[in-house]
Amino acid sequence: VRTLPVRLALIGLALWFAASTAACAAPLTVTGAGATFPYPLYSKWFYEYSNAHPGVRFNYQSIGSGGGIRQITARTIDFGATDAPMTDAEMAKAPGKILHIPTAVGAVAVVYNIEGVQAGLRLAPDVLADMYLGKITRWDDPRIASLNPDIRLPRRDVVVAHRSDGAGTTDIFTNYLSVVSEEWKTRVGRGKSVRWPVGLGGKGNEGVAGLVRQTPGAVGYVEIAYAVQNRMPAAALKNREGNFVLPTLESTSAAAAGAAKAMPEDFRVSLVDAPGEDAYPIAGLTWLLVYRDQRDPAKGKAIVSFLKWAIHEGQKMSPELLYAPLPKPVVEQVEKAITTIDVKG
Amino acid sequence: MSRDEERPPSAAAEPMKAEGDSPSGHRMPKRVVHNPGDLLFERATALFALGVLSLAVLLLAVLIRESLPAIRAFGAGFLFSRTWDPVAEDFGALPFIYGTVVSSLIALVIAVPLSVGAAIFINEFAPERLKTPVSFMAELLAAVPSVIYGLWGIFVLIPVLRTYVMAPVSRHLGWIPLFGGPVYGPSMFAAGIILSIMIIPFILSVSREVLATIPRLQKEAVLSLGGTHWEMLKIVIGQHAIPGIFGATVLGLGRALGETMAVTMVIGNRPEILLSVFRPGYSMAAVIANEFTEATTDLYLAALVKIGLLLFLITFVVNLAAKAILKAMVTRAARGI
Repeated sequence: VRTLPVRLALIGLALWFAASTAACAAPLTVTGAGATFPYPLYSKWFYEYSNAHPGVRFNYQSIGSGGGIRQITARTIDFGATDAPMTDAEMAKAPGKILHIPTAVGAVAVVYNIEGVQAGLRLAPDVLADMYLGKITRWDDPRIASLNPDIRLPRRDVVVAHRSDGAGTTDIFTNYLSVVSEEWKTRVGRGKSVRWPVGLGGKGNEGVAGLVRQTPGAVGYVEIAYAVQNRMPAAALKNREGNFVLPTLESTSAAAAGAAKAMPEDFRVSLVDAPGEDAYPIAGLTWLLVYRDQRDPAKGKAIVSFLKWAIHEGQKMSPELLYAPLPKPVVEQVEKAITTIDVKG
Repeated sequence: MSRDEERPPSAAAEPMKAEGDSPSGHRMPKRVVHNPGDLLFERATALFALGVLSLAVLLLAVLIRESLPAIRAFGAGFLFSRTWDPVAEDFGALPFIYGTVVSSLIALVIAVPLSVGAAIFINEFAPERLKTPVSFMAELLAAVPSVIYGLWGIFVLIPVLRTYVMAPVSRHLGWIPLFGGPVYGPSMFAAGIILSIMIIPFILSVSREVLATIPRLQKEAVLSLGGTHWEMLKIVIGQHAIPGIFGATVLGLGRALGETMAVTMVIGNRPEILLSVFRPGYSMAAVIANEFTEATTDLYLAALVKIGLLLFLITFVVNLAAKAILKAMVTRAARGI
């Protein structure tokens, strides 16, 4: 015997089913969340891609890499985004195999505020590490002076500035310091937040930039786009080949090209201290995270099509937004990885 | 937490009741509900009240549940450890507790005399046509978003403080540990000043309300006995207004303890306990806001939630203590009459 509530429920179910089949004509919405660093690029991509492919819409929340990893692991979103690759422990927690798809190359510029020095400061890795370790405390330290014979450095305290919020930028920067300095590696290590031996913390790129601009004698690190847009003087860093390289889109792409030869299959690679004559040493990839086995064929197809578009057409839009495009050999490798995504259909 | 913050003004209003100024001291007769509509209304309001209460209880329960991993890993040592190392996953809250308490105290030391003084001026001395604009401008300060205070702090306040206050004071009085250098700008002192500006409107407006409740007759009585204006204020305010002003102070303290954005922008975000107020520090609310989004491991997240739990408890204890002190003050004041 069917009671009234059961009947009502059945009618409701039927209506819902009719509505959902009718809704097929409405655009498919693919949701994602994660990194804030590539957000300007991604929102441009989503806009352009949806214009060219009216059937697909994207909804992306820039909640931070950590949140992106948490949500893709919980399968509450269709794709994640991160500036720091997932660790093996994080990969193990996910219910399926997650692919890292690199989309752009970022670089971290070392910016400074020294009276009378508008440009041209040169720094070596060990000197930068010792400044952040609190062992070099003055700008006229002989180790800085010997790298900069043409610059008159003032007798000023070095005021170290760093990010106070957890950030992929910090992860790349501390990864670099860990690679070039054994002491940094053992005393501090690498992470999105670390225990800084010295210095002031600023919230976000704008916070660090504000500290550097407002504090005479300050040195800090920000995303390259931020340094360029605000015309902040950035230090040329000594790379692995011994050349002093300024942070530019070209030198950033060069770092990715240098690392391309030894690119692992899952793209979970660090680009810091990469080989190459013109490679800027503090660079890193940013990734989209997708499951290799897609559960929804329609969404899976849309994601695959978007990823292919992103690594070809999308790359042309990167430079104007101050992201370095992926070098050619990397694009080919990524293309191969995208074809392994199983869309069940 | 806003519920806790709102408590002091009602507490501040208590002295009026205690002094028996209102002629109608009798209470409404209890429970005369005949109309079903009235009953429904009464039940509905009871439900809302219960909702507010359960919100606070749920908040506490969730904070405790989410911080369990950190409670298990660090226990009470969390309160006394000075280490905050996300890489090694070794967490302690002492520098943040210190920073929150000290920056709020600096704010109170500056804001209380300023706002009570301003309240006395506006209520007792200011010409009528000045009263409204002055108090309106002061209360406008409360409407400014905290991120604006933070930006103003970075670009205007800190450079000025560094050049004209911190550097000279530190040069001449640097031998006092409280003013030791080196002076960079972002500091506990800068945070305290920003906070004081943010809490002045609250203390000011509550203090004005309190002063307005003093019966005119009492003031006139002191003056007619040959007292000066100063003596009048000393006697009348000392007798009547102190508990209310204390309530206003607690209201300001509650706001200062929880302020996040403006503080993180000027405090320097350094988890270290440095005696000098000219050196950087960190606060509990600031570290949560800074590190929450990218806290990837469970223990890290739990440690941040545990800081939130501590902040909740500190605010709770401050309000509870304030209530107790207020009660003692009111009874003493009542006896003094």
